Amino acid sequence: MVARFMSLKEAVASCVKDGDTISMEGFTHLIPHAAGHEIIRQGIKDLTLIRMTPDMIYDQLIGAGCAKKLIFSWGGNPGVGSLHRLREAVQENWPHKLEIEEHSHAAMANAYDAGAAGLPCAVFKGYRGAELPRVNPNIKFIKCPFTGESLAAVPSIRPDVTVVHAQKANKKGDVLFEGIVGVQKEAVLAAKKSIVTVEEIVDDFGDISSNAVMLPNWAVTAIVEIPGGAHPSYAQGYYKRDNAFYKAWDPIARDREAFQAWIEEHVMNGGPEDFAAKREANKG
Amino acid sequence: MVEYTPTEMMTVSAARALKNDDVCFVGIGMPSAACNLARLTHAPDITLIYESGTIGTKPDVLPLSIGDGELCETAVNTVPVPEMFRYWLQGGKISVGFLGAAQLDKFGNINTTVIGDYDNPKVRLPGGGGAPEIATSCGEVFLVMKQSKRGFVEKIDFVTSLGHGKGGDDRASYGVDTKGPSRLITDLCIMEPHPVGKQFIVTSIHPGVTREEIIENTGWTVEFADEVAETAIPSEKELQVLRELHARTAKAHAGQQ
Repeated sequence: MVARFMSLKEAVASCVKDGDTISMEGFTHLIPHAAGHEIIRQGIKDLTLIRMTPDMIYDQLIGAGCAKKLIFSWGGNPGVGSLHRLREAVQENWPHKLEIEEHSHAAMANAYDAGAAGLPCAVFKGYRGAELPRVNPNIKFIKCPFTGESLAAVPSIRPDVTVVHAQKANKKGDVLFEGIVGVQKEAVLAAKKSIVTVEEIVDDFGDISSNAVMLPNWAVTAIVEIPGGAHPSYAQGYYKRDNAFYKAWDPIARDREAFQAWIEEHVMNGGPEDFAAKREANKG
Repeated sequence: MVEYTPTEMMTVSAARALKNDDVCFVGIGMPSAACNLARLTHAPDITLIYESGTIGTKPDVLPLSIGDGELCETAVNTVPVPEMFRYWLQGGKISVGFLGAAQLDKFGNINTTVIGDYDNPKVRLPGGGGAPEIATSCGEVFLVMKQSKRGFVEKIDFVTSLGHGKGGDDRASYGVDTKGPSRLITDLCIMEPHPVGKQFIVTSIHPGVTREEIIENTGWTVEFADEVAETAIPSEKELQVLRELHARTAKAHAGQQ
């Protein structure tokens, strides 16, 4: 099955359902915010959300009541402070109780890698002397069968759906990522289905390195063209990270009513077409 | 007379800890300012690595996040995040990890996870991120943190990242063979671990700071080295470079929308 070009509404409706385990990756760069909004608009519930850095995208999904569980490794607003919706869900059970499974970055990066590699678990030198293994039963230690060395093990990540954003797809549906590529390739290859939103669809990629990070069209389920679809994250070569908005998010997310008003205005009454203007406004 | 703030004294002291040939895994916030100050002053060839996968980055402004575009655009190369943690960090290629903390104990164990009980926290902090493995896989660890009784505590609420554990050779009992926290730079002083017990002892006091101030702002019983140095004040060059860096950063992060 090769990737199909779809509208965002169609892609989310056909790939994501209540109760799914979903990974929306992008390490600071290329975070699929427009797709996150679509999941909120479609009222999808009981999701297990996986992301190394929940960031603003999961703060929104959690505050909007889409999440049952969060698997993560660093839950802050980078350089700004807390993710207040995540924090309130954990501290006050608002809008409802949120189960959390917490790891380190190394554990999650290894778990995505293992998921893409078809392994049941990841093995690495981690969590030594750290306390997370006490509170997370999904962290165990095994003995190397050759050296006897104690190694950390975590289950591999194998989402029902992975959603990522990339710079370009070509007309055949192959996808090109550039810049900070994070764990996007691993997250897509580890998942049963995948949605890739892109800045633009081009005839061909032109003069790119033969080592460029690509996903061939048969490794992706759905492709959606959304200019600016990563805002307020960024797409290298298209627009900069909107650091001012990451700062502005703090007071919005701090207050339940301000948050709900923001979601109503920008998500429930908005759409993927709104993102193009954000791209223009943040061109470097 | 050069005037400077305690935070500037801290950042400058932290920067001086780095050498030109270091390969440094940089935490965001205070460590990032110190590491880039070092690069812009006495250590122009230092390799700065951020966990977003950027190796040998030379940002003109401080990144707000560990993955700002500036880091990638000025890097020697950018690798996928699994590669960063597996080959470069776990593989033992990094000489120094530079970290901050929310809570710290006298053995350099770090809490960035919760204040209070894990399942019923008073304050839910962001969590470990890269730190648990940075703390054990880098050759040594420098810590930078403003000193306060709330932050410098006898017992941290959660051990996010291992320092010297319970002291002595406890760190090695976890199978860790790296040096661990070797320097703690605060806005009042510099501490280094006792060679045997591994508890932090004050080895240098910043000019104008008294021993009483250090004691008042520390939750554990402070120990002073037999010979305590006075930290050299920031030079005009160090202050100028640091202030220009902060000014460029503030300008770059304002006004977008």
